[in-house]
Amino acid sequence: MVTSNVKVLGAWPSPFVSRVRMALKVKSVDYELIEANPHEKTELLIKSNPVHKKIPVLFHGEKRICESLIIVQYIDEVWTDGPNILPSDPYDRAIARFWAAYIDEKWFPLFQLLRDAQGEERRAVVQKISEGLSLLEGAFVDCSKGKAFFGGNNVGYLDIALAGCVGWTRACDILLGAKFLDETKIPHLVGWVERLYSDSSVKDLMPDPHILIELYKKFRAMSEAASE
Amino acid sequence: MSKDEVVLLDFGLSPFCMRVRIALAEKGVQYEAQEEDLFGGKSELLQKSNPIYEKVPVLLHNGKPILESTNIVYYIDETFASPTLLPACSYGRSRARFWADFIDKKVFDGGAAIWRSKGDKLELAKNEFIDILKKLEGALGDKDYLGGDKFGFLDIVLIGSSSWFPAYEKFGGFKIEDECPKIEAWIKRCKGRESVAKTLPVPQQVCELVGMLRKMHGIE
Repeated sequence: MVTSNVKVLGAWPSPFVSRVRMALKVKSVDYELIEANPHEKTELLIKSNPVHKKIPVLFHGEKRICESLIIVQYIDEVWTDGPNILPSDPYDRAIARFWAAYIDEKWFPLFQLLRDAQGEERRAVVQKISEGLSLLEGAFVDCSKGKAFFGGNNVGYLDIALAGCVGWTRACDILLGAKFLDETKIPHLVGWVERLYSDSSVKDLMPDPHILIELYKKFRAMSEAASE
Repeated sequence: MSKDEVVLLDFGLSPFCMRVRIALAEKGVQYEAQEEDLFGGKSELLQKSNPIYEKVPVLLHNGKPILESTNIVYYIDETFASPTLLPACSYGRSRARFWADFIDKKVFDGGAAIWRSKGDKLELAKNEFIDILKKLEGALGDKDYLGGDKFGFLDIVLIGSSSWFPAYEKFGGFKIEDECPKIEAWIKRCKGRESVAKTLPVPQQVCELVGMLRKMHGIE
């Protein structure tokens, strides 16, 4: 198992970087984390991901792989010793990919809107996020087939895709009183979140919402100072 | 051996549906295409199969729906044997997925920005679109196909999208052969392939559809 030539360019609060680190943990792959400030386009970042200039980037020897979900699939295919991350059945894989794309294209971007929205607009975004969680609750019931995770007995692709977002979801619950993780509305997902915090592959990589809130406040203060 | 039932909820001029039809043709899969009337009223089957987006294409394989065109092409490649569409090695596959994701995020919306715009906004949209194509030209390099020596997954993803390029050229006032000659050459090369030639519409049909969309959006 090749482990010494694996590096991740990323930042720990990023849900996308968390995914990559979780996948490497599932496969027991050692790596070096090269901390990057996601708001600063350093020469290394631009050289590593010239098309999007975003973290995470996985370096595997001379190869570099970009986009978190693509990196997770690469990790799954290269390190075959460890547990499978994607389901083995093509239909289950298609379902997992569909929901992961939904999270990235439709659901998680709503949190960006939440940042700047006020009043009625904020209420509308909060409503959309909650509706998305209801859809994901249904996806959990279908994918888990009664087991602990989207992937079944073990953390899988869709667990990893969503787990990275949990810290920010909880941060919004605390900061805004949004009650996104409401066990009366999404009982399966709330149970799933609790299990994530006990799972050895992901528990240490789930960003602490309180620290995220402090980071967010600092970033907000800096942005406001810079624009004055 | 039980027979597979493969149904495609389709729209002839959709570049996303074209990807699926080309992939199925490449694999020699028999299927039934059900044309959706996207402007008149979507079928109950489409609404039931794709309740979140209500969009085509939807592939129904023995009644089970697979959604989102790139996702469907992955599924077709993994389910139906030969030829393989994605590269054999993991790194090659990650490169293909990366560029497919880039095409999905940039090309259709970049083209839409052209036909939805006028004046200065149109000029900006045109230049941004050409920049997108230049990046894809970089990915192509000196290869015959985006996948390398042979036509494959990434070519399927982009060639479907390229069917709308004549409309972007018409309403944007530019020619791809002048701006991105390698992409133009690649398009011609892919069109020599039976699966592509039988699937891609004539440019006139796409230009008429986009002309209609422009009227609907109040552009002309």
